[in-house]
Amino acid sequence: MKGTNLGEFEEMVLLTIAVLVNEAYSVAICDELEKTLSRPAKLGVVHAVLNRLEGKGYVKSKLGEATSARGGKRKRYYTVTNAGKAALVKSREMREQLWSRISDLALKNI
Amino acid sequence: MKPPREVSPPHWARKLLAWYCKPELLEDLEGDLNEYFQRNLGVKGALRARLIYVLDVFKFFRFYTIRKPEFIHLLIHWIMIGSYIKTSGRSLVRNKLFSFINIAGLAISMSVGLLIIAMLSDLYSYDRFHERHDRIYRVINRYEFNGRKDNNFMATTSPKAAKAIKESFTGIEGVAVFHRGFSGDVAVGEKTLPLSGLWADEGVFKVFSFRLLQGNPETALKAPFSVVLTEKSARKLFGDVNVLGKTLVLKSGGDFGAKYEEREYTITGVIEDVPTFSHIRFEMLGSWSTRDITEAENKRELSWDNLWSTWVYVLVEDDRHADALLANLKRLSEKEDKTVRLTHVEFALQPLDDIMTGADLGNEMGPTLGASVVWILCALAFIVVLSACLNYTNLSIARSFRRTRELGIRKTIGAQKSHVINQFLVESVVISLLALVLAFGLFLVVRPHFLGLENSLQKILAMDVSPGLVALFVLFAVLVGLWAGLFPALFFSRVNAIQVLKNLSAIPAFKGVTTRRVLIVFQYCISVMAITATLVLYKQYKHFIHYNLGFTTANILNIRLQGNKAELLKKGIAELPEVKGIAQSLIITSVGNYWGDFIKNPDTPEDSTFVGYNVVDENYLPLHDHQLVAGQNFTAAAGGKEEREVIINEKVLQRLHVDKTDPGKAIGRVLRVGGKDLTIVGVVRDFSYGRANDGGARNEVIIRYGPDQAQYLNVKILSGDWPETYSKIEDIWKKIDNVHPLDAKFYDAEIEEGFQGLKGSMKAGSFLAFLIICISSIGLLGMVVFTTETRRKEVSIRKVLGATEARLLYLLSKGFLLLLVIAAAIGLPLTYLFFDIVLLPKVANHAPMGVMEFSLGVLVVMGIALLILASQTLKIARSNPADVLKTE
Repeated sequence: MKGTNLGEFEEMVLLTIAVLVNEAYSVAICDELEKTLSRPAKLGVVHAVLNRLEGKGYVKSKLGEATSARGGKRKRYYTVTNAGKAALVKSREMREQLWSRISDLALKNI
Repeated sequence: MKPPREVSPPHWARKLLAWYCKPELLEDLEGDLNEYFQRNLGVKGALRARLIYVLDVFKFFRFYTIRKPEFIHLLIHWIMIGSYIKTSGRSLVRNKLFSFINIAGLAISMSVGLLIIAMLSDLYSYDRFHERHDRIYRVINRYEFNGRKDNNFMATTSPKAAKAIKESFTGIEGVAVFHRGFSGDVAVGEKTLPLSGLWADEGVFKVFSFRLLQGNPETALKAPFSVVLTEKSARKLFGDVNVLGKTLVLKSGGDFGAKYEEREYTITGVIEDVPTFSHIRFEMLGSWSTRDITEAENKRELSWDNLWSTWVYVLVEDDRHADALLANLKRLSEKEDKTVRLTHVEFALQPLDDIMTGADLGNEMGPTLGASVVWILCALAFIVVLSACLNYTNLSIARSFRRTRELGIRKTIGAQKSHVINQFLVESVVISLLALVLAFGLFLVVRPHFLGLENSLQKILAMDVSPGLVALFVLFAVLVGLWAGLFPALFFSRVNAIQVLKNLSAIPAFKGVTTRRVLIVFQYCISVMAITATLVLYKQYKHFIHYNLGFTTANILNIRLQGNKAELLKKGIAELPEVKGIAQSLIITSVGNYWGDFIKNPDTPEDSTFVGYNVVDENYLPLHDHQLVAGQNFTAAAGGKEEREVIINEKVLQRLHVDKTDPGKAIGRVLRVGGKDLTIVGVVRDFSYGRANDGGARNEVIIRYGPDQAQYLNVKILSGDWPETYSKIEDIWKKIDNVHPLDAKFYDAEIEEGFQGLKGSMKAGSFLAFLIICISSIGLLGMVVFTTETRRKEVSIRKVLGATEARLLYLLSKGFLLLLVIAAAIGLPLTYLFFDIVLLPKVANHAPMGVMEFSLGVLVVMGIALLILASQTLKIARSNPADVLKTE
């Protein structure tokens, strides 16, 4: 199951983690995703994806501080690993390569 | 404004999450859920927030979050279960008395459970051997005449409806028709055997899975005058099953007014014997098409309201077609209702699988138990088992003092709540499995008595022990064990280890004392009611058996003639020296037989009434000591060929407008009975005609003369050696009739048989009373031990201070005495009212209830309870105070 390809939603989550830098924990990621996607992101789904990304080695996590809103439970902060960075870059390059092969004319005629 | 209360997510949902979630993910998930909860609290309100929390907990239940069971935990679990079983065994052996009481109490009640399970398993295996049993329906109907509906549906329908369904209905795969009464004496060559069977059409083999050993299922029952034998009857008749094409002669009718007929049938098939668990039972099948010929003259046969003898089964393609079928039936009844005056026939369909367990129908093919009986039995068993479980709970908690130290140590070493719960559940399951062994023995003992309660039970149920049944029994025992042990387990798991080890009296066992008292009162109330009711029933039974019927039944043997000539038998029997007199009669009165006709007073021909009658010879009235209040008995010569004379009872006098004080006036008057003018020659004192408790139905009775109509020989016998006399009579019988076995019963025995239902409920009642008394005694014992144990020290100190034993006994038992008195005070009036208002008014000529039954029941119950009380309290009261107090 441990493939290395990056799904679309996985990519979004990974990017969001990169955007949030030091503040990337599950609830914050959810909120950020909702803002960018302008559709609700389910906590359960995000959790599952985070779990999968960690399994693939694209993110790593550590426990942070506790807050009263979390009922005294600590947050788990995620950061993008080198492998994660490489996967993001690769995915971006793939897209750009494809984009570059589309002629302006062809796009206009669609 | 009030300060906002702290709202938290549902506790149980949090626990659930903690239970299933991997520990390394738990903290994060919980935190997230809490954060969302707080957020939702502000926006959506407390209720919605909690709901969303719960939903999210369920949504997180995913493959990656679930905690995987670890091998080592499983291993430890197994080792611990072994240890629990070991400690259970030890504690069983240590407290032999309690273990015995516990096991015996559970076993007694479980035996009832086993009986019910065996019964249900039998009932639910009925008719399942038919391959397509789930698609077969029986057409049942309800008869309505002149706006008056029958209460119940009937299992039978009319031959006309059967023909219509067969010929014109669509969407059905097959129709099977059965018709009552293909029975009689079957003769093959010299051999004659009585066989009973049904008329059936060729659809029977299409719908049902009766397997033909010989013959073609398509055609076997098609042609008129065909017969299909079961393997057993074929072997009995021919000694072989290769009998296709052979013929047999069926002799039917001949008694009770039916026309005697002899017809030849050709054997077209032999089928496997009908399995025990089939509600359709027969020894042979005659082709239904025969009736088209034999009943061609009979206009009743195909009339729409001839609803009493035909059963129709339909095999539908699937369940959707059942609805269509019902709609078709409704249309049929709308059309055909017009053919008969004021009649409406309402159709319904009954699945084959429901026949033995479903609604109570009239006119069933064979004996059925009916849903209501099954439900009542189940409810009784449930109450008994529940009450035994409660006792177990009660006793276990009462004994908690002896176990708490063990628990304290277990907990100190590191046992968790769940371990303690497991330990006690294992213990109670062990006890209930031990009880199962005892219960199984009891079950084997009680089974024949249970089946003997009612004649039909023996025909319906086998209750054979099979591996499947044993598996059900074990499952039942485990469930009972879990249920009984649940509350003790929860109770013990809450025990605080430190407190227990520090101070024994700190256990919170005093809670729930009131509930337990209520339980005792309830159980004793039921005990008193059950035993009193049984005694009342016993009195009624004795009363009816020895009821003064108005004639003598002592030493009279009734021999059923079964179609033989009365004269022949009479001649043989009269030679025996033990025989003091012989009479003949059409029916045996007062055992539930009715035979009736219309009578008319020729002076007022418009006033006709239905009376019961018996047809006898001139010896009948003297033999039975019937008292004539006027006129005389029939004389042998007076009858001649033509029936001319009649004897009436006192009730009929009113019809003739003759005063009871002067019955002589009726003598010589003419009464028109069923079209014949008969002269009244005598008036007989009123006697019980139908049955002692039938409420005087048909109490207008006439006695007619007709030696040639006899069905029974009434023989007065004075014999010192009854078995020898019986064998002598049997020898005479065999010379006359070697087909049918002799059917001779003493009149008194026959009357007793008539009240078998009452006897059955009496037996069941006494068994139930015994059970409930056992169970409540055990309950009381638990409660007494509980109390005495807690008051040991108090009693010792009192004793040191100078209290006498008697005083202490009184002190310890007065609370219980009060409970028992309350139980009796509730139970007795309830029983009295139940019989006085509900039951006895429905029974005619019942015996009055006496003080005897009521006081005896209470005395027995109280006696047992006092014995228990005394045995325990005396033990405490006699104990040496020094022994008790020195341990402090």
